[in-house]
Amino acid sequence: MIILLMIVHAMLEYDFMRNAFAASGVAAVVSGLVGYFLVLRGQTFAGHALGHIGFAGATGAILIGVPPVWGLVGLTVAAGVGMGMMGERVSDRDVAIGVVLALSLGLGLLFLHYYTSFAAQATSLLFGNVLAVDRPTIAVLAGLALITVAALSAIMRPLIFASLQPELAEAKGVPLRFVSTAFLAIVALAVSESAQIVGILLVFSLMVGPPATAQLLVGGLWSGIALSIGFALAEAWVGIAIAYYTDWPVSFCIALLSALAYFVSRGWAPHRSPNAQVQAPREPV
Amino acid sequence: MNVIEFDRVTIEIGGQVVLENASFAIEPGEFIGVLGPNGAGKTTLMRAILGLLRPSTGTIRVFGRTPQRGDADIGYVPQVRTVMPGLRVRGFDFVASSIRGDRWGLPTLGRADRRTIDETLTAVGARDLADRALSDMSGGERQRLLLAQALLGEPRLLLLDEPLISLDQRHQESIIELVGRFVHNRNITVLFSAHELNQLIGALDRVLYLGNGHAALGTVSEVVTAPVLSKLYGADIDVVHADGHIFVLSRGRDLERSGDMHDHPAHDRARHA
Repeated sequence: MIILLMIVHAMLEYDFMRNAFAASGVAAVVSGLVGYFLVLRGQTFAGHALGHIGFAGATGAILIGVPPVWGLVGLTVAAGVGMGMMGERVSDRDVAIGVVLALSLGLGLLFLHYYTSFAAQATSLLFGNVLAVDRPTIAVLAGLALITVAALSAIMRPLIFASLQPELAEAKGVPLRFVSTAFLAIVALAVSESAQIVGILLVFSLMVGPPATAQLLVGGLWSGIALSIGFALAEAWVGIAIAYYTDWPVSFCIALLSALAYFVSRGWAPHRSPNAQVQAPREPV
Repeated sequence: MNVIEFDRVTIEIGGQVVLENASFAIEPGEFIGVLGPNGAGKTTLMRAILGLLRPSTGTIRVFGRTPQRGDADIGYVPQVRTVMPGLRVRGFDFVASSIRGDRWGLPTLGRADRRTIDETLTAVGARDLADRALSDMSGGERQRLLLAQALLGEPRLLLLDEPLISLDQRHQESIIELVGRFVHNRNITVLFSAHELNQLIGALDRVLYLGNGHAALGTVSEVVTAPVLSKLYGADIDVVHADGHIFVLSRGRDLERSGDMHDHPAHDRARHA
């Protein structure tokens, strides 16, 4: 215990480490919370795509001299709303999302091509650079986090209903299209935050790993959300600590912990594996 | 007063006529079996009663008013295929999601809500499902849960869309028995759609047969006859009574080609027997 405290104390000596813990803490809470619903709704692919679309937004912003975070936020939210408007026909939508995802990465490359000193920027956008986060960035992250949590709280009740039972929710008067669009806009905000920590390519390690692990372990809604946030927070902080002492990249450490937690939990609860049941086809209605 | 009234109702979906000039009335406390081949409009009929679809002509009245989304007097069980079987959510939370699920804000539950959920789960014999995850449940258990949720808030009309699909016979019988009990104890009106007439015969009061855009409502002996069904399907239909069961068979080749009779088990089984 004392050794642990000493380790933590030693790391917190440095300003950049304090910033890293604060920024990743904020992003982890948001990712664990929003990610829970993303996994519940089976929309992880949309979350993945939003990160890639954000790459074009961030690089485009750099090119025109705007802070990349605003490009990231702007384009992902616009894309999230766009996906929501496309409706619930999952199969069609995923193909369209895939095409837009590839185009966005291509566009990002084009923007970087015109931006001369791109290598460092590209790496930190794609893989994150939490150790370089400064105080103003933390303030932006915290502000975005507040908006995200407030918006999610506002739509949470109909969101859960619509996620679990879309037909019934529709019959009971839930505006499905609006709820799904608002949710994807919220996901876009969460992706933007998570990308600041682990980078666009590794957004899954905070937004999908922890909630998927939590859903393997508990079936309750509130306990699931709490556990998801707990895992995200623990993986982010322990990941940073491991990186500090090993000099491995932070994002790798977080991704590793996220994968470990998920597969260990899967092994722990084999009878609960989703594959144990025959999946009914999810057809468009 | 009639619970449901269709007055010369025509419903079209994407330019296709699903129901044409249909008129019928359903009285309180009736157990109605809704039958007909796939694509005959059983789901469409329920969606129209729920106010999710508007008829292109004619009028629908439910409890004497025009159907409106979110009617608390109607309990609804959609087809089970849309409930994700991989869902790791416990039964209680699944059922609870429908309580005031159309309001904004956080999904908080009061003490009274919890009691209502508890009582309803007990009433359908699903109390032990409250703490189990949906992904660990069998089709029959999931169906029980859906039924519990449809009964929340004491509806006066239940719409059950193919609640027997993908259940084995034992579970099918227990669902039918359960619904029948509610119809009589609480005087609820039920529309119960199914593929197979024979299982329902003991429970239902009248049948609503759908086919080719037409609807025929009446007792089994009135509706399930060669002349009525032949007219309904626009093809040569035979009705055979054997061993306490009723088999609906088709002899006409054109029926085979039209495709929409293919999934009618009663018809299929009789043909292969």
